[in-house]
Amino acid sequence: MEFTEEQLKRYSRHIILPEVGGKGQKKISGAKVLIVGAGGLGCPAGYYLAAAGVGTLAIVDNDTVELSNLQRQIAHSVKTLNVNKAESAKQTFEALNPDVNVIAVKERINSRNILNLIRDYDIIVDGTDNFPTRYLINDACVMLRKPLVSGAILRFEGQVTAILPGEGPCYRCLFEEPPPPGLVPSCQEAGVLGVLPGVIGALQATEVLKLILGKGLPLKGSLLIYDALGVNFRKVKIPRNDNCPVCGKNPRIKELSDLPEEYCSI
Amino acid sequence: MGDIKIDKHLDIRGEVCPYTLVKSKLGVESIEVGQVIEIILDYPEAAESIPKAMLNYGHSVIKVEKINPKEWIVQIRKEVED
Repeated sequence: MEFTEEQLKRYSRHIILPEVGGKGQKKISGAKVLIVGAGGLGCPAGYYLAAAGVGTLAIVDNDTVELSNLQRQIAHSVKTLNVNKAESAKQTFEALNPDVNVIAVKERINSRNILNLIRDYDIIVDGTDNFPTRYLINDACVMLRKPLVSGAILRFEGQVTAILPGEGPCYRCLFEEPPPPGLVPSCQEAGVLGVLPGVIGALQATEVLKLILGKGLPLKGSLLIYDALGVNFRKVKIPRNDNCPVCGKNPRIKELSDLPEEYCSI
Repeated sequence: MGDIKIDKHLDIRGEVCPYTLVKSKLGVESIEVGQVIEIILDYPEAAESIPKAMLNYGHSVIKVEKINPKEWIVQIRKEVED
């Protein structure tokens, strides 16, 4: 692929970076990334990945845009209230960069559809807000050996990690099972500073681009924790667990399953 | 100096910064390590900024020459992989 004059202009600040260059920009254009959730994290992550020129960007969400989302979910607007979130984000990302093939998947991800949804993608971004889906995405990515860039937020604190199956720990190495329903409050119950998912989603997009380019140190084996109030970034090492139920030596979890519904109420 | 073999010629007359650098960088990416690219340009600032940027990328600047009141040629030898 040769760059058009428009692309030379659009990606000029990438092309002059030694770590990117024309070669790296072509890698970005050839990459296929799937984002689960067009919410607080998926909006900024997808926005920057679209701006960067990621060739194929799929967004999975079956919710519709509500007014209470607009405090942080920056791909949506009053013009897309009541529109499916994946569709709303697709319109925004396409308006930003027509080079990107944006695919809106208007489904709720579950144990039956996840493998087929993620199979054709190079990197998966987790921007979900509940533990059952987080664990489901982790398990599916381990099974298909897909790099996963995971993010989470609550109140004034957020965390990011890159899960590279076979090379580093997975989510279950850290916490084997999700916490019981009700133990960890949701953003709905506890609130979240609107800009916080912007910081974490942008970090997720950064890690995705580094993985595509093969440059720098991937955020594997560590959880990066951002405390907005204390203005602090901490990197906590996560060891790989040989007895991990999904990525250990003798995995017990060999099939995907959906957790009971009550988890989804968080 | 006349016996330097030029492997690629690049004409970026009419281009301004940063596209002078964007096109020069892509030009260098398109040749092999050890090969030489000769760039002709007419944006005065680029006559200084391109050699500087190429040194930063790790390449050698063989020649910078003002060939007439408005045009320069810059010869770069690619020294490192992209």
